[in-house]
Amino acid sequence: MSKGNIHKFYLNEKYIVVDVNSGAVHVVEQIVYDILDYYLDYEINEIIDKLNNKYSREMILDAYEEIKSLEEEELIYSSDFDTNFEYNKDNVIKAMCLHVAHDCNLKCRYCFASQGNFKGQRKLMDLETGMKALDFLVENSGNRRNLEVDFFGGEPLMNFEVVKDLVMYGRKLEKNKNKHFRFTITTNALLLNDENMNFINENMDNVVLSLDGRKAVNDYMRMTLNDGGSYDIIVPKIKEMIGRRKDKDYYVRGTFTSKNLDFSQDFLEYYNNGFKNISIEPVVTDPNEDYAIREEHIETILKEYEELSKKYIELKKKDPEFLFFHFMIDLNQGPCAVKKAVGCGAGSEYIAVTPEGDIYPCHQFVGEEEFKMGTLETGIINKDLREKFKRANVNTKDKCKTCWAKYYCSGGCHANAYYSNNDILEPHELSCRMEKKRLECALSILANE
Amino acid sequence: MQYIKTLTNKKLKDSLAYGGCGECQTSCQSACKTSCTVGNQKCENKKVNKK
Repeated sequence: MSKGNIHKFYLNEKYIVVDVNSGAVHVVEQIVYDILDYYLDYEINEIIDKLNNKYSREMILDAYEEIKSLEEEELIYSSDFDTNFEYNKDNVIKAMCLHVAHDCNLKCRYCFASQGNFKGQRKLMDLETGMKALDFLVENSGNRRNLEVDFFGGEPLMNFEVVKDLVMYGRKLEKNKNKHFRFTITTNALLLNDENMNFINENMDNVVLSLDGRKAVNDYMRMTLNDGGSYDIIVPKIKEMIGRRKDKDYYVRGTFTSKNLDFSQDFLEYYNNGFKNISIEPVVTDPNEDYAIREEHIETILKEYEELSKKYIELKKKDPEFLFFHFMIDLNQGPCAVKKAVGCGAGSEYIAVTPEGDIYPCHQFVGEEEFKMGTLETGIINKDLREKFKRANVNTKDKCKTCWAKYYCSGGCHANAYYSNNDILEPHELSCRMEKKRLECALSILANE
Repeated sequence: MQYIKTLTNKKLKDSLAYGGCGECQTSCQSACKTSCTVGNQKCENKKVNKK
């Protein structure tokens, strides 16, 4: 059987080796790191000859034996395993992005939802459609108990009465159908007030609050309908919301673009505002937009992630509760091989539902007619499309097969792949490079703990 | 070991035996709506986690 791949890198004063197929991660001394350059292709005596100007013979022998014992335990160069599993054969759906409002009270320049309407008419979801959507989720959830519903938009607080009623309806369904809903809401925070903050706090497992970091950065991209900045309006509300969350989950989530490649400064802005759970992600947009991230920006971005990881290590020493979503990795209680191979489950386990009751693989595909899977009335009738999404995993995407990061990123975002390469099976190259750097940073952070 | 510290020796292939129950969170539902990562999620298979 052929030897599996490893990936090794040096970051934040640590030499790290990832065994791709087993998932084992090792922090090694430099001597091991150096021996691994020759380990597979040379005999031990040749390796000693190559490295004897740097290390003694005894040291090389000892380190070599340690590598060998890892190999025997299948923790390095381990072979790929049979991933010929049958994924979601019963077509169970467990998560829904519920577009309760295709309308928005901000007009962010980079909005993939075309300032809230997803290339269609501005519309709020009515209660009846929302209830049908929850019924649809329950009916298609098989034996899954935990069901997720994210109230999304546009801006979901523009339809808050329906959100409230749907949560109450969901609670009734829980009892009758032995399910558990995890409700979340993704909001731009503009309409947060005493009433809805209390409701969110009591009923939502997570609240995602959008803010792009520094005032100038945020206000350039996230404009009010009057072309004003949103920062001064939303930051006090976000602070109030977070203050009420106490030990409940929240994330302050931002987008960076080519206009703020120094996004580690935005990361610090979050921290200085007291926001402890944060996420900053690269913009997804047409490469022709002036704020798009293009090839010429990538080296700067990768260095910026490294810079961010150094700041993060320092901040975590003072404040262990501080979390950056994209630097979090759970090596011991993390997901199983199936989950790691298939990723988000869009179009199969996960769907998006529009105010009209149309079903799409996820929020990113809403409004793309060829990706419409059906409606709440018809159910999923485009079964070929569902099969296509079900088959999209790290074993069917050519670029993923040989990638060291495949069991961490799980093949990346299907929408990113489609919008960049017109094919959900061909990952977006720039996203891959950023993801791999984020993973290296995340592993180096764990190595420093 | 003198030169190697292993952060995790949990083998991915072992998880195939119990994997795919689907009770875990959907990766794009929490703080990321564009850049998929599953490494930061937790397994919620009760049988596994009782061990």
